[in-house]
Amino acid sequence: MQLIECPWCGPREEVEFHYGGQAHVAHPENPADLDDEQWAHYLFFRDNPKGLFAERWSHSAGCRRWFNAVRDTVTYRFHTVYRPGEPRPQEGPVPS
Amino acid sequence: MPEHPDFLWRNPDPQKAYDVVIVGGGGHGLATAHYLAKNHGITNVAVLEKGWLAGGNMARNTTLIRSNYLWDESAGIYEHSLKLWEGLEEDLGYPILFSQRGVLNLAHTLQDVRDSVRRVEANRLNGIDAEWVEPDEVKKLCPIVNTSDDIRYPVLGATYQPRAGIAKHDYVAWGFARRASAAGIDLIQDCEVVDFLREGNRVVGVRTTRGDIACGKVALASAGSTSVLTDKLGLRVPIQSHPLQALVSELLEPVHPTIVMSNAVHVYVSQAHKGELVMGAGVDSYNGYGQRGAFHIIERQMAAAVELFPVFARAHLLRTWGGIVDVTPDASPIVGKTPYDNVYLNCGWGTGGFKATPGVGWTFAHTIAHDEPHTYNAPFTLDRFVTGRLVDEHGAAAVAH
Repeated sequence: MQLIECPWCGPREEVEFHYGGQAHVAHPENPADLDDEQWAHYLFFRDNPKGLFAERWSHSAGCRRWFNAVRDTVTYRFHTVYRPGEPRPQEGPVPS
Repeated sequence: MPEHPDFLWRNPDPQKAYDVVIVGGGGHGLATAHYLAKNHGITNVAVLEKGWLAGGNMARNTTLIRSNYLWDESAGIYEHSLKLWEGLEEDLGYPILFSQRGVLNLAHTLQDVRDSVRRVEANRLNGIDAEWVEPDEVKKLCPIVNTSDDIRYPVLGATYQPRAGIAKHDYVAWGFARRASAAGIDLIQDCEVVDFLREGNRVVGVRTTRGDIACGKVALASAGSTSVLTDKLGLRVPIQSHPLQALVSELLEPVHPTIVMSNAVHVYVSQAHKGELVMGAGVDSYNGYGQRGAFHIIERQMAAAVELFPVFARAHLLRTWGGIVDVTPDASPIVGKTPYDNVYLNCGWGTGGFKATPGVGWTFAHTIAHDEPHTYNAPFTLDRFVTGRLVDEHGAAAVAH
């Protein structure tokens, strides 16, 4: 089982976490202005890259806070984690 | 196990051009090739496979076949497929070890019971064999199921589809491949599509690791890798790829005469022809292309299996593996036309693609040949996510997507 680094609690076992899908999907600023196609894309369409992916995780069995991570969808390795509101870091491994 | 015939398929080099290029040499791609030849007389076709034939999800699934889905749209295509399964050995002239041993979908709560009975009635309205069975009948159909009432999730009954079954997945793929090859279709392995050659709203060829191949039409049937291809086309599809794990036990004497599925405790089990228990559960939560998943998923699956089947407590696990399934927001596939004039899409089968193999091959071939959907795949358009005509089949999918 892999360890995931919670930005507040430190490394914890994977089973303590809940996956939340793609990160940085912003709610439309003016929802009434969206047509059906734009709404569909906001609701249903997400990136699905083979490689690095910025996504949301929740430390649901710990501090219960949400955070973001850049993870490789092929190796499943977490490259970096960061708190909500922080910009997505440069791609690549976490400096140790 | 039956003997293989001397000839399975030719192993040709790619030609310069084909009328139809099918991307993905798994079950769906091979079935599509077979029915393009058989039903439509279209044989100037190449099936391009990046690895080896049927080495992706076709080699990694749990081989369950059933059609007890809730919605009319799903019942239509899965029952069409089940009827084709019932005649497939004759059609392919090849043994596929199709065994109609029935499936029990267990109910563990009062709400499960009500939902299950509703699905039985919906199945019957669609001409699908289905019945509700009480716990004592569950015990008769599969004596090793724990039907005592003092467990955490007691078995309150089950839906039963007697015509459901299993088939030998490799033989299914090889049977389709052999027929398609004999009809003149080129099955080209170790040939990955890395880009598409476009002219306006048409794709005029594919760039592969074995050179450029011109084509009249392109059909994508690449399961978990669909997004990798559609990203190259600039076509956004509402799918997420997840690892789906399965596992087998050592060989055991025949103890498990049917298929048992449980959504609530989350495991499904059948016994393969040789004697392995074949088990699966839901997908790992995160996106993944790694053809493996997390070990705690297997632990939970084992816990559920041992609660339902105490007799398995001392069975040894032999192998686990993962397939990459592409999951849509409504747990239903996407089959049909795309915004490109001559590109056809078959994806999003999630955890349930194997059972659809002949059915989707049949209808997808129709769509490619006539440039219009077949009745059975017409509801599964890409634009349903815009129009809102979703086929929300999470419940009857019986597996957590």
